[in-house]
Amino acid sequence: MMNQFKETFKEEAYELLGNLEDLLMELEDNPDNPDSISAVFRAIHTIKGSASMFDFEGIASFTHVVESVLDGVREGSVKVSKELIDLTLISRDHILAMLNAESDSTPEFEAESADIISRMKILTGEEAEDSASSGTKASETEKEEEAVEKTFRIQFKPDENLFLSGTNPLLLLNELEEMGEYACICHNESIPDFEVFNPEVCYVSWDIYLTTKKTINEVKDVFIFLDSRSEIDVSVISDWQNVLSSDESRKLGEILIDKGLIQASQLEDILNSRKKIGELLVEQGIVQESDVKSALEEQKISNSIKQNLNTGSAATIRVQSAKLDSLVDTVGELVTAQARLNQLALQAKSSSLMSLAEQIERLTADLRDNTMSLRMVPIGTTFSRFKRLVRDLSSSLDKNIQLITKGGDTELDKNVIEKLNDPLVHVIRNSIDHGIESSESRREKGKDEMGTITLDAHYTGANVQLQIRDDGQGLNKEAILKKAVEREIVSPDAQLSDEEIYNLIFMPGFSTAQSVTSVSGRGVGMDVVRKQIDALNGSIHIKSEEGVGTEFSFHLPFTLAIIEGLLVRINDEKYVFPLSMVQACMELTREERTSHGKKRLVEYRESVIPYIRLREIFTEESDLPDREHLVIIQTETSITGFVVDEVIGDHQTVIKNMGKLYKDIHYITGATILGDGSVALILDVNRISALAKVEEAGE
Amino acid sequence: MKTILIVDDSRTVRESLKFFLTEGGYQVIEGCDGQDALKVIEGKTCDLVITDVNMPNMDGLTLIGELRQKKEFKFTPILVLTTESQQNIMDKGKELGATGWIVKPFDNDKVMAVIKKVIGE
Repeated sequence: MMNQFKETFKEEAYELLGNLEDLLMELEDNPDNPDSISAVFRAIHTIKGSASMFDFEGIASFTHVVESVLDGVREGSVKVSKELIDLTLISRDHILAMLNAESDSTPEFEAESADIISRMKILTGEEAEDSASSGTKASETEKEEEAVEKTFRIQFKPDENLFLSGTNPLLLLNELEEMGEYACICHNESIPDFEVFNPEVCYVSWDIYLTTKKTINEVKDVFIFLDSRSEIDVSVISDWQNVLSSDESRKLGEILIDKGLIQASQLEDILNSRKKIGELLVEQGIVQESDVKSALEEQKISNSIKQNLNTGSAATIRVQSAKLDSLVDTVGELVTAQARLNQLALQAKSSSLMSLAEQIERLTADLRDNTMSLRMVPIGTTFSRFKRLVRDLSSSLDKNIQLITKGGDTELDKNVIEKLNDPLVHVIRNSIDHGIESSESRREKGKDEMGTITLDAHYTGANVQLQIRDDGQGLNKEAILKKAVEREIVSPDAQLSDEEIYNLIFMPGFSTAQSVTSVSGRGVGMDVVRKQIDALNGSIHIKSEEGVGTEFSFHLPFTLAIIEGLLVRINDEKYVFPLSMVQACMELTREERTSHGKKRLVEYRESVIPYIRLREIFTEESDLPDREHLVIIQTETSITGFVVDEVIGDHQTVIKNMGKLYKDIHYITGATILGDGSVALILDVNRISALAKVEEAGE
Repeated sequence: MKTILIVDDSRTVRESLKFFLTEGGYQVIEGCDGQDALKVIEGKTCDLVITDVNMPNMDGLTLIGELRQKKEFKFTPILVLTTESQQNIMDKGKELGATGWIVKPFDNDKVMAVIKKVIGE
């Protein structure tokens, strides 16, 4: 993107340099003309500004020095002389030469820059040097402070004329609010009566209490554009250590004294009477009501921090995971039993039974959610294991590879995380072995010698997405296709999309490695990865660009135990769709069935989508009902309609595995027990959608 | 859609800013110096002004003063494009009614962060 501006910059710079020559001649003739001086300065200034933006480092640092010399001329500290004009002309030619060259940072250019700069220095004294060094160091980054949660008190009293500088203080408050836990008290006592109210004046001020991991400088930076006319005071009122070490919570009076709003003696007088401190202080006009409110807020915050800490110390207990598993099972049974209770209550038509059933339904839902959350653990624990794997493997292969992990706090069911270990090991090994090139070949290609593998986890809707990215050589489509044809996995004349070609690597017995190594390349691996992710009800997608890198993304459900389902009926059998994938339900009338001839297509939201009749897949033999229903399912790659007889409704689906005997059954991922004790099958919508796609292509 | 006026004599700066801003969903009008900017916004309003300082015909600081005289621009946020070393210009700009500044060199993130600060999302 930046390249397009590099050209614009060059064009503009040529133009400016062209003018500069004339301007310098003019300046030589009229050395005291302020207009000529500014024009010369401006030309160099503009080149400097843009050069640093578009990575012309050599030009930027050189013009910076020239600019500061010319700034001296503007201010009168440097005299216009023939030498100065000469040097500026030489500088101009030098900039032009750097602009014309492939790179503006070669040693030759640097030497010449240094030479011109030293001649300028002789001409102007030390000034040039000072400003030159200050300009180039600007971007040094500060060392990161360790992030500790602190509570800040921010007293913000804007200048009366704040609005006249185009500042909207509410945006600043919003910015603070986004930083963490936020409480804000507005002081509006100064707002005058309506008759004298001036809408252009800012009468209000704020006390803000912010608990955040940001540093005090980051908090202060929110107000960076405000000058000294606005009063801003940011102070830390508590951090973890302080709260821990102090034995008592802070009293309202102490806080007011601390803020300099009252004297200790005033407080003592008040304490001797029997009314509430806050009320009395306000009554006596010592502080404003909003000051008390603000201080009370502060008290509340420090109390709550303390409470968190106290409970925090005893907040975790260790439990055997088998106990958790059995709890989840029991809750599953409870959910099923509760569904039966609902049904019985409906049949019994007893309102008291109904209300009891509803109450139990709510409690069960809470219990279910809490129980499921017990098994959720952050994926970061797994990530740390891979650091070691990457380190050991890369050094044994003599490659230089770093692992970056992101989203380690993303939570997944413990069982899902455990089953992710093997597929992740496979994919990371493959990246290290085949993906990332050796240091020499990376250097030849102009890449960073250090290869990078990124593990990135984040939530996407009802799923968790886990991406494994490398910046290696990418997948070689031709090689994959050739191998697949050799192995007779695809026919030689097959027309495949990129993704379809990449997916070939998941076929059993497929390996494109030139030789078998101890790390990978045994020809087992990727097919195992696919199987394991399938077993988790997940899916895998590959993106790859040759020479740039490869990305594997796993889409995984949060949990394996309970899902929200949509219950449907075909003849007398019941089936469940994962609700997260259902987009809509609609009717399929007789007319629509024939509207696209023999093709099974139906209009949905201004597009035409394929549909598939589930009764044919499950060979339900009976006449088509007059009215069928269409469940629109969105998978990651397509939208497909599933035709069923009836849509029954939401169903809390406790997933039961089908057992080993049924493991080869297609299109079904599991089963669940309904309220009336009957069984409903859970549909593998990804596979069935793929079938619809094939059918559509075939017809 | 919010409208932003960019004032800079450097075409490169104008074009790169315009690119970031239109990507970010803003409408952009341009002026190549202070005088030109005043002409361009004649009879119009906008949600934000971003102006360079050093320009021919009318510089950015004078432009800020002129804009603040107009009742349509009395409260409009104005950002000044400066370089790190020009603290005195930032101060002067504030005095004349500038809202804040964008330090050159800038990139997309920097520009968007500052814009969010002065005109919200």
